[in-house]
Amino acid sequence: MLLNIQDLYVHYKSYWYIHKVLNGVWLRMMEGERVGVIGETGSGKTTLLKSILRILPQNAVIPNGMIKFKEIDMLKAGETELSMVRRREIGMIFQDPMAALNPVFKIKDQLYDVIRYKLFAEGYNPTKEELHDHAVKVLNDVKLPDYERVLESYPFQLSGGMRQRVMIAMALISAGKLLLADEPTTNIDVTIQDQILKLIDRLVKQRGLSTILVSHALGMVRQMTDRAYVLYAGDIMEEARTSELFDHPAHPYTSLLISSAPKISTREIGEGIRGKLPDYRSPPIGCRFAPRCPYAMDKCHTIKPKRTIINTDHAVTCHLYE
Amino acid sequence: MSEGLDMYMDYIVSVSDIRKYFTIKEGAVKAVDGVSFSVKYGETLALVGESGSGKTTTGHVIMGFYPPDSGKILYKGTYDLSIPIKKRSLELKREIQIVFQDPGTSLNPKHTVKDIVGLPLRVHGLADSTSVYARVAELLEFVGLGEDFMFKYPHELGGGEKQLVAIARALAPNPSFLILDEPTSALDVSSQAKVLNTLRRIQKEKDISYLLITHDLGVVRNIAHRVIIMYLGKIYEEAPTDEFFRWPLHPYTKMLLSSIPTLTREDEEIKPKGVEAVGEIPSALSPPKGCRFHTRCPFAKPICSESEPPEIVADNGHVVRCWLYE
Repeated sequence: MLLNIQDLYVHYKSYWYIHKVLNGVWLRMMEGERVGVIGETGSGKTTLLKSILRILPQNAVIPNGMIKFKEIDMLKAGETELSMVRRREIGMIFQDPMAALNPVFKIKDQLYDVIRYKLFAEGYNPTKEELHDHAVKVLNDVKLPDYERVLESYPFQLSGGMRQRVMIAMALISAGKLLLADEPTTNIDVTIQDQILKLIDRLVKQRGLSTILVSHALGMVRQMTDRAYVLYAGDIMEEARTSELFDHPAHPYTSLLISSAPKISTREIGEGIRGKLPDYRSPPIGCRFAPRCPYAMDKCHTIKPKRTIINTDHAVTCHLYE
Repeated sequence: MSEGLDMYMDYIVSVSDIRKYFTIKEGAVKAVDGVSFSVKYGETLALVGESGSGKTTTGHVIMGFYPPDSGKILYKGTYDLSIPIKKRSLELKREIQIVFQDPGTSLNPKHTVKDIVGLPLRVHGLADSTSVYARVAELLEFVGLGEDFMFKYPHELGGGEKQLVAIARALAPNPSFLILDEPTSALDVSSQAKVLNTLRRIQKEKDISYLLITHDLGVVRNIAHRVIIMYLGKIYEEAPTDEFFRWPLHPYTKMLLSSIPTLTREDEEIKPKGVEAVGEIPSALSPPKGCRFHTRCPFAKPICSESEPPEIVADNGHVVRCWLYE
């Protein structure tokens, strides 16, 4: 097993309150798998990815849980060990490249840093020329042929698609085993998005990487992953082979979500889901989706449902299936 | 002559050959470069394009945020819309309203829902301080929110609810024409459906015409009657929605459709095959000569880079501008 997350809780502390975001999340993946996490705004998907790399903001606490990457216990590992993982094993594509790239440094300085740290970790101290060659190579990999101009540019001088490609290049430098992609194409036009998704898919396959793709875009998860989890308000609601999940969604949240999305083959569209995400300061004690669920029963409001296996490779967290 | 006038009378808004350039240090950005279309009474016309296509500029020109450099826009066949909003009569301003993309920024965070929805009522003299309450309650009820939202602030609402408040505000002065500028692109899937369903219901009940500005073809399929595809300031295809999804003609349209990540097997089947997305949209400072799409078009011929494609009228109100169909 490449990554094993068990019963993970993440809370954020603010001045008066504790925001209980992740509420016992699990995720397991084998080497070479492409895993998707579907979640709407505020569902905790970025928190989940950041906790894998242990780069959560300072006010986050992990009161309980286990994250095991290969043989490393990421929640107990020291800074040195974590830093080795971040430099050589796991790379992350951040959501908004305009925010993730430093606006006052040229692309080359930011790329060189990442390359240097990776090579340091391998006990090698590169020269300027080697850094440049390496940077050109990674830019070529992400199909940025105009690399001299890109290297000398500041982030604002590049188009959205180019910035995203730079982000992917950076993430791939340190992704020796696992690539985490957090909404890799927000604010990008659909024809550019298509090219970027295909690029990621090709590079991942070439290098034999495993990926976790986190997105609110259902279609993207359907196209890019083998297995998917549905995250709602910090709880994993459903887990299945991607094709199975889209063809036979079991959890009310999943099926409502899929039916609510506009399709290009039909004018029909679902009702949507009433209400809004719960307040993380005092989330529902039972199923966190219960207040919005049209099928909610009495016990949904009081007892947290357990993960129920409905067939091989399909599990759902819902009282309807217990 | 009378025939020409009749033609205009069929449309609530008709735009003919408008241009809008923005001058910057490096030259003129040709945001909208000779665009003509008309919106029928009671229909939803979708203006579709990626960023930089000029769709939002077109909407803003109609709204009067800035006048076009050239061209003519007529409202109900008689009123001139090529003048800026400040010079329009109050009555004309009342008739045309807009819903903006992000309700998180288009609603004043310090005002309650009642103040937000009540403001246009007071501006247009449609309610006084005693009747405003009842009228706002009615509007909130109409968009499916209910009276209890009256004294909430925007931050207490979810994304979809905020957008419904923005829609209630736009409906308050009883407009005949509503511009929807990416009305659901800031929303989650679960709240988007409610907004789209509400927009459809409103149109049916109030007989309002919509100009829908969007990049999302799923949304187009859901609420539009006709579709216009824009690329770099020009229109390249125009068709009724069903026809458009069944027989997309322009290579750019096919590229757009084939780039959509699909949700169902039926969606997958409807996607055009054999057109792979390549390249990025060129700068509107110096758009390519001839057909502006030729730099990315897999079927480009020599003529495409030399002269503007002709307008080809196909069946069922389908119009395409492309040399391939010459």
